[in-house]
Amino acid sequence: MSFDLPTPPELDLDPLVARLNPYAPSGRTALLPALHAAQELYGYLPEPVAAEVGRRLGVALADVYGVIDFYAMFYKEPVGKQIVRVCGDPPCAQAGGGEVLEALSKHLGVQAGEVTTDGEWTLERAPCLGRCEHAPAVMIDDLPLAQATSDQPQALLSAEWEQVTSRVDGDLRALTRNCGNGAPTTIEAYEAGGGYAGLRKAVSEMAPADVVEEIKASGLVGRGGAAFPPGVKWEGAASAPGELKYVINNADESEPGTFKDRVLLEDDPHSSLEGMIIAGYATGAEKGYIYIRGEYRNAENILGVAIEEAKRQGVLGAKILGSDFGFEIEIRRGAGAYICGEETALFESIEGKRGFPRIKPPFPTTHGLFGKPTVVNNVETLANVPLIIRDGSQTFRQVGTEQSPGTKLFCLSGDVARPGLYEVPFGVPLRHLLDDLAGGVVGGELQGILFGGAAGAFATQEHLDVKLTFEDLSEAGLPLGSGVVMIFNESRDMRQVLSGLAHFFADESCGKCYPCQLGTQRQYEILLEMANGHVLSGDVDKLTDVGWTMVDASLCGLGQTAATAVLSAIETWPALFSENGAHGATSND
Amino acid sequence: MNIQQEKILNGGITLTIDDQEVTVPPGTTILSAAGALGTVIPTICYHDHLTAYGICRLCVVEVEQARVLQPACVAEAREGMTVHTRNTRVERSRRTILEMLDSAVNLEEAPEIQAQLDDYGANRERFENGERRSLPIIDDNPMFLRDYSQCVLCWRCVQVCADDAQYTYAINFSGRGFETSIDTFFEQSLPESTCVFCGQCVDVCPTGALKPKREWLLEQGQTPDEIMQMTRMERRRRKT
Ligand SMILES: Cc1cc2nc3c(=O)[nH]c(=O)nc-3n(C[C@H](O)[C@H](O)[C@H](O)COP(=O)(O)O)c2cc1C
Ligand code: SF4
Ligand code: SF4
Repeated sequence: MSFDLPTPPELDLDPLVARLNPYAPSGRTALLPALHAAQELYGYLPEPVAAEVGRRLGVALADVYGVIDFYAMFYKEPVGKQIVRVCGDPPCAQAGGGEVLEALSKHLGVQAGEVTTDGEWTLERAPCLGRCEHAPAVMIDDLPLAQATSDQPQALLSAEWEQVTSRVDGDLRALTRNCGNGAPTTIEAYEAGGGYAGLRKAVSEMAPADVVEEIKASGLVGRGGAAFPPGVKWEGAASAPGELKYVINNADESEPGTFKDRVLLEDDPHSSLEGMIIAGYATGAEKGYIYIRGEYRNAENILGVAIEEAKRQGVLGAKILGSDFGFEIEIRRGAGAYICGEETALFESIEGKRGFPRIKPPFPTTHGLFGKPTVVNNVETLANVPLIIRDGSQTFRQVGTEQSPGTKLFCLSGDVARPGLYEVPFGVPLRHLLDDLAGGVVGGELQGILFGGAAGAFATQEHLDVKLTFEDLSEAGLPLGSGVVMIFNESRDMRQVLSGLAHFFADESCGKCYPCQLGTQRQYEILLEMANGHVLSGDVDKLTDVGWTMVDASLCGLGQTAATAVLSAIETWPALFSENGAHGATSND
Repeated sequence: MNIQQEKILNGGITLTIDDQEVTVPPGTTILSAAGALGTVIPTICYHDHLTAYGICRLCVVEVEQARVLQPACVAEAREGMTVHTRNTRVERSRRTILEMLDSAVNLEEAPEIQAQLDDYGANRERFENGERRSLPIIDDNPMFLRDYSQCVLCWRCVQVCADDAQYTYAINFSGRGFETSIDTFFEQSLPESTCVFCGQCVDVCPTGALKPKREWLLEQGQTPDEIMQMTRMERRRRKT
């Protein structure tokens, strides 16, 4: 291969050479970390820098380029010294995100995606930043700002602005017992509240198989969206042949409207860490990864500290709590790709590749990360584990229903009096969450609730008595998804909302399979036209065919759910899709 | 008795495809099991000698009990499976995929896909307002042209250039979603890249996206003599 590329005189590669030393021996799996490190040095990834990274890690240059161009947070062109990201997805869009972006654009004299002439600022319209309870969300580099307004762009840019703190409430505070205090829970505080007692019990009193049994007996259901029982997963990985196994804490949280994992990670980092270590003990894995989305720098730093605390305390590392069991945890930072939350795309990303989902089967429990048996669980799922082991599955089952035991975190955003994170026992009605806890709809009557996330479906007034359990929701045709409850009052233009959701999927489709690569684009184009008031007679047919083709024929969950909200809106509000239908306050008749 | 028959005897799998029973060895895909019955399932990205990634999804079939349609090129036959290779549900997906593909990519030089469009009664005007992937022709080497407005993103060229054959890794992807494209490192020209001009990518391309230069020049109305002269000159230029 030829690597002698022209180097612009101002580009000094010497610092990079040293910076890459720790990554070089690992080869391709270190590609994302190495690119992050290189970008920290140069601000972006110019050709000679990318070539040097490829050469040192032994990755073909075209592959390096493929990776850089896949992830939204890697830049091929120079960017400003600081990057302002304004969320453009619902609910930030309807809270004035668009106006904030416009005001910043005017103030800085650039369009979204451009750099100011003085090289100080890059302005971006970002996908959901996971701070929906503070809509519209803005980030200045790694600093999250709350409730941005369009009247003071200068104040926003100088970050003289309220920063995000979590808003947590609920009927019961099990998972969130240490959340909402304005600071991360230290290991001392965590242990004082019964933390690491589950791990202690597991390694001293239980065989790995007993731990698996206990999780199975608890009836715990995965909280990442696919609603699969972790006990079954753990059993599969535990019995899969092979010495090397992995546990992954999926903290990629990028589903529009979701912020629960961020709150857990920032406020109580040890809970999912303990869950991971117990999962390692139960399955025979000695290494765990936390895959955290690129925009969650704050949570990443807090986790880094928590890992050090845990090692110091002897609950992580070699010979945990004096036993023969050892476990280590590595944090991997994503780089702006929603698809990398899909478990097999996540593996590819850790392996240093573009986040293309793999064909299943084979499943991760036998062929996961690096082809080894792997358990992938969501942050919230893992946060339940220590409680189940510490108190026993029977105690866990005392809350919730037979098929949906325990508590659930819901992310309320949009037109509601008190947006925030709410913990409730499974089984309370939707009305309780909306009215009693979150203070009800504001700005008019309820028009609809996007339930489950961008990949979810719409609920209306008539769904308010549905009980919040996996079984009741599934009967009502509402996916629980990642616990999103996004509220729209009667004044909201649902065509705008749908076109916003469609934009998200078109932007985030990985492009591997035809139905989603082409379908998310066509779906967005049609809905954007509709939002602009141009509805053609064949549009519903087209949306239905494109939608069902994506549901039925796509390779992974992204494409399979990219049309569910649209198909559900077609059923709920047919008038919305007719040529002279109103697009604001829609009725159900 | 041949090996195949013997295998089938020892642990064959029996399934029903379009009301016909067939027994195949374990590990057989639905695509080949259907093939054994003479049933043709349409494909675009699939190639006998390359790793199947199930990308185009044209081969999806309905498997009873399965939540979504299954890609026949990678889904394995299972005991007792009931498969429908062409019912209305399957046809809707295939037709819509073809309609969307035709609206995005120039398929004029892809006769097999043209036949599929006809077979499935695709409406070629349905998505005519949609964005097309129109990209300029890249003429950067004496061997072949790259016209990515004809590229269906079947992945075959990337695969043969990499682990499926050549281990050269000259090309990969850029962008993602609808904006995905086949690219070299920072869009450098092929001669600047690691490409060794083995020509394997050109051989597996199912459309006119990768085309030998000679063929292209003939189409442009050049005579074989003129072409000979031109390529000779290009070669000489390359040497200096
Ligand atoms: C497009 C897509 C994005 C996903 N994103 C996430 C995510 O951010 N976090 C997560 O836990 N699961 C996500 N999932 C689900 C994972 O694939 C996987 O099912 C989950 O992490 C398993 O954890 P659980 O069993 O604890 O729910 C996503 C799935 C898809 C299809
Ligand atoms: S469904 Fe979408 S995201 Fe998933 S593999 Fe296909 S193109 Fe990629
Ligand atoms: S001709 Fe070049 S790009 Fe094509 S397969 Fe061979 S080496 Fe790869």
